[in-house]
Amino acid sequence: MGKKLISMTVNGQTHEVAVEPRQLLIHTLREELGLTGSHIGCETSHCGACTVDFNGESVKSCTLLAVQADGADILTVEGLANDGVLHPVQEGFTEKHGLQCGFCTPGMMIRAYRLLQENPNPSEEEIRTGISGNLCRCTGYQNIVRAVQYAAEKLSAE
Amino acid sequence: MYPAKFDFHAPNSIEEVLSLLSEYGDDAKVLAGGHSLLPMMKMRFATPQHLIDLNRIDRLRGISQDGDTIVIGAMTTEKQIIASDVLAMHCPLLPEAAKQIADPQVRNRGTIGGDICHGDPANDQPAVTMAADATYVLQGPKGERSVHSSEFFLGSFYTAMEADEIMTSIRVPAAAGSSGSAYVKLKRKTGDWATAAAAVQLTLDGDRCSSVRIALTNVGATAIRVAAAEDALSGQVVDEALIDAAAQHAMDACDPTEDLRGDVEYKTKMAGEMTRRAIRQSLARARGQ
Amino acid sequence: MATPAEEIKDPVDGIGCSRKRKEDARFIQGKGNYTDDLKLPGTVFGAFVRSPIAHGRVVSINKEPALAHPGVLAVLTAEDLAPLSLHWMPTLAGDKQMVLADGKVCFQQQEVAFVIAEDRYVAADAIELVEVEYEELPVIIDGRRAMDDDAPVIRDDLEGQTEGAHGERIHANHIFRWDVGDAEATDKAFDTAPITVSEDISYQRVHPCPLETCGCVSNFDKISGELTVYLTSQAPHVVRTVVSMLSGIAESKVHVIAPDIGGGFGNKVGVYPGYVCAIVGSIVLGRPVKWIESRVENLAATAFARDYHMHGEIAADENGRIQALRVNVLADHGAFDACADPSKFPAGLFSIVTGSYDIPSAFARVDGVYSNKAPGGVAYRCSFRVTEASYLIERMMDVLAHKLGVDPAEIRSRNFIKAEQFPYTSCLGWEYDSGDYHTAMNQALEAVDYEGLRKEQAEKRANGDLMGIGVAFFTEIVGAGPTKNCDILGIGMIDSCEIRVHPTGSVIARLGTKSQGQGHETTYAQIIATELGIPSDDIQIEEGDTATAPYGLGTYGSRSTPVGGAAAARAARKVKDKARKIAAAMMEVSPADLDWDTDRFIVKGLPDQSRTIKEIAMAAYQHLPEGLEQGLEAVEYYDPPNFTYPFGAYLCVVDIDRYTGEVKIRRFYALDDCGTRINPMIIEGQVHGGLTEALAIALGQELSFDEDGNILSASFMDYFLPTAVETPHWETDFTVTPSPHHPIGAKGVGESPNVGGVSAISNAVIDAFAHKGVTHLQMPHTAYSVWKTINELGINQ
Repeated sequence: MGKKLISMTVNGQTHEVAVEPRQLLIHTLREELGLTGSHIGCETSHCGACTVDFNGESVKSCTLLAVQADGADILTVEGLANDGVLHPVQEGFTEKHGLQCGFCTPGMMIRAYRLLQENPNPSEEEIRTGISGNLCRCTGYQNIVRAVQYAAEKLSAE
Repeated sequence: MYPAKFDFHAPNSIEEVLSLLSEYGDDAKVLAGGHSLLPMMKMRFATPQHLIDLNRIDRLRGISQDGDTIVIGAMTTEKQIIASDVLAMHCPLLPEAAKQIADPQVRNRGTIGGDICHGDPANDQPAVTMAADATYVLQGPKGERSVHSSEFFLGSFYTAMEADEIMTSIRVPAAAGSSGSAYVKLKRKTGDWATAAAAVQLTLDGDRCSSVRIALTNVGATAIRVAAAEDALSGQVVDEALIDAAAQHAMDACDPTEDLRGDVEYKTKMAGEMTRRAIRQSLARARGQ
Repeated sequence: MATPAEEIKDPVDGIGCSRKRKEDARFIQGKGNYTDDLKLPGTVFGAFVRSPIAHGRVVSINKEPALAHPGVLAVLTAEDLAPLSLHWMPTLAGDKQMVLADGKVCFQQQEVAFVIAEDRYVAADAIELVEVEYEELPVIIDGRRAMDDDAPVIRDDLEGQTEGAHGERIHANHIFRWDVGDAEATDKAFDTAPITVSEDISYQRVHPCPLETCGCVSNFDKISGELTVYLTSQAPHVVRTVVSMLSGIAESKVHVIAPDIGGGFGNKVGVYPGYVCAIVGSIVLGRPVKWIESRVENLAATAFARDYHMHGEIAADENGRIQALRVNVLADHGAFDACADPSKFPAGLFSIVTGSYDIPSAFARVDGVYSNKAPGGVAYRCSFRVTEASYLIERMMDVLAHKLGVDPAEIRSRNFIKAEQFPYTSCLGWEYDSGDYHTAMNQALEAVDYEGLRKEQAEKRANGDLMGIGVAFFTEIVGAGPTKNCDILGIGMIDSCEIRVHPTGSVIARLGTKSQGQGHETTYAQIIATELGIPSDDIQIEEGDTATAPYGLGTYGSRSTPVGGAAAARAARKVKDKARKIAAAMMEVSPADLDWDTDRFIVKGLPDQSRTIKEIAMAAYQHLPEGLEQGLEAVEYYDPPNFTYPFGAYLCVVDIDRYTGEVKIRRFYALDDCGTRINPMIIEGQVHGGLTEALAIALGQELSFDEDGNILSASFMDYFLPTAVETPHWETDFTVTPSPHHPIGAKGVGESPNVGGVSAISNAVIDAFAHKGVTHLQMPHTAYSVWKTINELGINQ
């Protein structure tokens, strides 16, 4: 039951980490790699605060073992901006007041990022369904929807 | 909430999986999407010594056609089911149901085989695949065998699959002729299990219902196939009175347990109402409405 | 209506601007700094062994197997804490609470032992190894049974004590009795009134449930004797005082830091056993100890809200003019009275129960009792017990309307306190500062075409469909509070602001409040910007660090704007007063000869003779004439002369599936009057969030227990938090009636939507059945619960 050496690419950087098989990916990201942007809100895969982009799909990193990420390509909130330029999703969240306490925000934005890759021009209903795996206790989602709409417009204009 | 210690195995082939299973027996659990198993391990309701991850076996994934049968790899995710053109064309019941399972992130990881093999009566795919007339293909040390969905579920978290077997695929006959289907699920919120849900798939021959399968989610120890309701509709021109009769049969077949979703009466009545709605919707679809 | 927030132009982006938030930059880039993000070298992890039963004696605890587990550093039990007198701690309500089970457990998930290990996984392994033997006792889960003759005694430690912190106790499980109002006059009005109505109205036990759970990192420096505690606290200064009192460490050596907080909603006001154990652990081990709650622990053990069983009665004349209100409440406080209320108010500000109405006499009685449930009783996004009071009166108004056959909106208008009556003193003693209820209500009714909705409802009913229209009007009492009424642990409920203007004209301001998402870094900067003529971008706001911020009572009960915001404005005015003197010296005129314009002082009648605040700031650090001290700074401790009284008119339309019982909010309109609006964008965001929490409470949230006291809803599967799919689109609107006593006229808004929203939604659901004679249904209005009503009425046949 010793540690296993895994290699994964996080935000474009390759990391080799020795992890216990039981370590959850969220803990590896937060504790071993110091990427504390992704959070833990419920531990039962309901809240989505731990959402990261995993090989091109949104996943809840509290319900994935780090050993399963061996060889994976991961994007977290820390990798959204490009050379200090905010991603349109990040811009949308601040422009449209899509966050308050900020705790759900990283998971919410990473989910929105992937949603817009999968569906660049979503309707309000598609946005609401698309982020239904992410809970927010502060905003009532209305401004999050506006933030995603803002990002969609900005991305399609690019 | 942190899992107890275990050894992790990530085999690349079914053969390796089977050999690990025979080596570790009851000490081992196979890991599919993990959205049932890992939370249970985090709460320490499950403490396997060995975890065998199926995610690296490509052969277990994908959707293909074998004549009139659709073959779905057991490790195919709910998301892949939703996105499948083949299923949209030949078995739209499955993608419709998959959309109602959990949330987007969970559907990215959750697999149809995992959903079925867990044996949880609250899971959706057991009733859905029953209504779709599916056969499950299992592989073990003695080779491959098939079990029809109607015979697979023996009790709560108890199935016909042996501890040294895994499910490799789900075989679903392509819906033919004027067919229609629906999965109607009552739930408290996104991510919840069904208070009650009904899966219906039927075929019309002119005005008459030539075949129909009806199954229910989370109103008994297993998913429930309601043969009496099917008999009530088969060969008939289905009207509201017959739909009511079928719903009554569905309610008679229920044996739910009370929880925060509702008491026995409510869940039973809701199983009837979901059946009613699913039949109506299936009929409308079969008629091209 | 006014959606989205209106835009105004302002050179300093001050009061009234929907400027973007200053705090967002770190949050959107994953650089927020929450408690669990902190990684001090050598940190170890604590975890609790918790009680599996709701009531029982602890027969034995064997910690040896856990101590023998590799990586385990310590296992603390009550026996270990007793020599330090830390096995119990005082609560904010004058009671005491076990830190670790002292001979018995009184609720399921109660803290029994604290395991400290090198790693959080190891700590989780070790808690399973601590062997605890219990002897079960009978339980009380329904507070209404707590004072039965044969009820089991929950608090053996209080045996024989007939006096509690708030007067006489009449039963072993009784905590307090609190009477307010004129019982005799009220009874008399009931004796003679032509119309009386009554209803039993319970407000279920819920939990504030912020997305970040509670937690802390405690670090004791053995050499300096200093204790630094990072924790999720809405009130860090109060925690510092409590920690100093408990530990005996001088308050000057206790350093409490509340970093970024992932939502509070009342959950993070209290002082919890986890904090105490982590502190003791760090003192014992000399290493930083981190304790972070799991979600199950959060829902099961820290800070419930409500659990009020209310009986309301109204006496009225034939026209529906209310003559008297009588209320009896059974308040279930759980196993320890740890309510976070001002000391003198065991039932908080429940006496706002006369609501927005001109009621000649009223009487309210609240009995607090113990039960085998977790302690707490926090104000979940409301001011102390205000939402319970508001819910009671807003339900009773509908009950009265129903009895008289008068429209619910009309019955409210007939009883409103009129605009010309303000300031208005209620019969229960509160002085309402300002309001214009009729204008707000009429604006709301017009906005939704209320008449049209009622017409549609009549048509729907004719078809057998269930459509409900909920009308709710609320008046809150927030901004606790004047020190003449309000203290916590003897400390007056002031708040504070210290402002320093640097030589180059930028500002740092520190406050005693603590944002948990409300956007203080932005709104406080806007207040100071307008007062000082310095762009809000150049004003840095700091909160949460007790070593640097002036003492304050924290953020809850919508007190940040009414108290902290007032402190900011008044500190800025002190700065400005000094700036005036410096400007006068610079221009060699008398201070009285200067006028203020936007960002500068101008000599009266000589518009080209002026000094900007920026120029004055530089001058403040140079040679100044005799009698003027260098520097440009001020500190204000603000004791508000009164509470503020925000109000609003909410309308909700629901459609109900008569076969499944599912409730769908078709439309929700919220008009809020929070006085002067500092940042309309942020206000709108607060309203959206509060309404979503109201929806959750009205339609699904409940901490449920089985008859043995097992909690049934301690995860997100069973504790309802709506997703974007279950949440409707919210319409917001406003009127502006400034507070006459607040320096900038602001009243606070964060909690209004929860207070008004629950009533509006619940009233709508019940209104859907009004034509069938239904006057009340208990929350939460889940599909299951609504269906039961439908089924009883035979509407689904």
